[in-house]
Amino acid sequence: MSARDNILAKMRRSLGVSGDDPARRAAVAERLAEARPGVIPARGQLPQEERIALFAAYAAKYGATIARIGSAESLPGEVSRYLMSQNLPASIRVGDDPFLKAARFESEPMLTVLSGASDGSDLAGVSHARGAVAESGTLVLASGPENPVTINFLPEHHIVAIRAQDIGGSLEEAFAGITTTYGKGEMPRTVNFITGPSRSGDIEQKIIMGAHGPRALHVVIVG
Amino acid sequence: MQITTPNFKENAARALHDAPLQKALKNVEVGFIAKRLAAMDALPEFEALRDSARDIKNHTLAHLDLYLEEYEKKVIASGGHVHFAETAEDARAIILEICRTRNAKTVTKGKSMITEEIGLNDFLEKNGIAPVETDLGEYIIQLRGETPSHIIAPAVHLNKDQVEADFRRVHTHLPPERDLSEHEALLNEARQVLRQRYFEADVGITGANFLVAETGSSVIVTNEGNGDLTQTLGKCHVVVASLEKLVPTLNDCSQILRLLARSATGQDMSVYTTFSTGPKRAEDPDGPEEYHVVLLDNGRTSMLGTEFQEMLRCIRCGACMNHCPVYHAVGGHAYGAVYPGPMGAVLTPSLSGIEVGGNLPNASTFCGRCESVCPMRIPLPKMMRHWREREFEQHLTPSAARYGLKFWAFFARRPKLYRAAASLAMPLLSALGGSKRRIATLPFAGGWTRHRDLPAPEGKTFLQAWAEKQAKETGR
Repeated sequence: MSARDNILAKMRRSLGVSGDDPARRAAVAERLAEARPGVIPARGQLPQEERIALFAAYAAKYGATIARIGSAESLPGEVSRYLMSQNLPASIRVGDDPFLKAARFESEPMLTVLSGASDGSDLAGVSHARGAVAESGTLVLASGPENPVTINFLPEHHIVAIRAQDIGGSLEEAFAGITTTYGKGEMPRTVNFITGPSRSGDIEQKIIMGAHGPRALHVVIVG
Repeated sequence: MQITTPNFKENAARALHDAPLQKALKNVEVGFIAKRLAAMDALPEFEALRDSARDIKNHTLAHLDLYLEEYEKKVIASGGHVHFAETAEDARAIILEICRTRNAKTVTKGKSMITEEIGLNDFLEKNGIAPVETDLGEYIIQLRGETPSHIIAPAVHLNKDQVEADFRRVHTHLPPERDLSEHEALLNEARQVLRQRYFEADVGITGANFLVAETGSSVIVTNEGNGDLTQTLGKCHVVVASLEKLVPTLNDCSQILRLLARSATGQDMSVYTTFSTGPKRAEDPDGPEEYHVVLLDNGRTSMLGTEFQEMLRCIRCGACMNHCPVYHAVGGHAYGAVYPGPMGAVLTPSLSGIEVGGNLPNASTFCGRCESVCPMRIPLPKMMRHWREREFEQHLTPSAARYGLKFWAFFARRPKLYRAAASLAMPLLSALGGSKRRIATLPFAGGWTRHRDLPAPEGKTFLQAWAEKQAKETGR
């Protein structure tokens, strides 16, 4: 018998069950098919403006800086302003994201825009979050050519645009959105839930920002 | 690792006299408890989530064979590989084979207790592959040739000046006059040294906090981002996880995620919670080309269906050790096993055998704080008691304790004799206590009174006092 079969047989022996029991199979199939949500904290279940405010408050609590702009057209200007305020060179790394493309970074003549995955030499990267979770101030980013994962982790500064209407209340809403896009039970290679910039408390439990990922996270709420 | 659990008493005595360790251990009490409490208080649904999480895991464990099959199907469908390992040795061999196929020279590692459990680093080194720990705490202890002393804060037993000394000893390519007096400087140095290693690595190994059957995803939760760089920049991502990490659905995972970070560090969410599903897709510009999951049993299937099954709900948040007076006093290394603290005291005898781990369930005051803070409502003291019973039944308890218990049992089975003996002993012990009402030495109990005094009894047995109280009340 293979290790796999041994393990499954041992499990069934220990549990005193059979792998063919139709009632057990039905219970598992039903649970996976229905994928019911459990307890959802009330604090994220708010009207849109309050939800956005809650998201911003938690993201700030965990060390992100927040800006809000009226429309995507203002994004290049906000990115330039942020880079300047941090004394960073006017250069960003961006993926293929249609929302970011439509924002037209070329409207900022001084801004260098590098596209594709990061090779570790970028000081600033810009991503578009597909969603956000108000209850904890968390951004939701999906991997792909639109938003390469390396941009989330290698640059010193990570700038993330999120459309106001995409900010949901709970983790469950974020997963529901992913299921709508990719299909039930399907996921992109990587989904990153990001709550503030990278940090470590490993030396004497003192929290220091900028461990291996970005030292700073700048969230731009659009709309 | 070398298991030194049978020497717990000696280890603990040494730890109590280790001044730098005692200083560092203060950070556990100060660092974790108040933060957890604040996060918990801010979430009115916390207790309901604990019930929900307990139920999810109970359901999963009862159907673990079937969820495992579903999970495996989804991983394969997303282009990944699933390997089953019955023992630590099997898991090491599987991982080595994956590394050899890729001609790996260097392997980066995200923080993983399972790879500690299977002793992966030593094994890879012996086979000519260099493992590089990338979590700051793990990196520090790897430089020191130590094991983690805490499951989420591996270097919590160290002070800043010790870390500085290690960095100066190992990072000899950096100018010796550099300033490393601040925490920030130490972190920056580790960041700089490790950054290049991610790019050089052929294989990136991480653990998993959860495995999701609905999607075939593995989930890691970190604050540093090292686990993400490990799995994104390595050409091959290997996940090493034990079987009980399974949860049915993404929504089930959400329930437990709300408890994990709050119970561990008091955060609402850890900085990075990452769901990884298969290798990179054809159109993806980055990510690993291969994705392997090594599923480890190593004694866990034998816990199913026993009084220790509930231990398999554990999500490794560390709250039990953060709140344990024994852990606070001696730290994690004294336990001499991979998993310290209350959860380790229950798990170690299950994984390594009671002959090896039987000492640990005795390293408890039974104060019950571990159970009261456990987000998964695991009855840790009850399970430690089960281990004590087994230890006694298998004649592994030291002879002094066995004879003592037999002596007590002789009287306990004969109530009249017990009462007579107790009514003689109480006034005697009361007199021995003198005006301080404390007994400093007692025949046959030197081991106990060496470290503390025994409070002297008041002079009456409980039954005598009770009878008097009853008489007084009826007389009134």
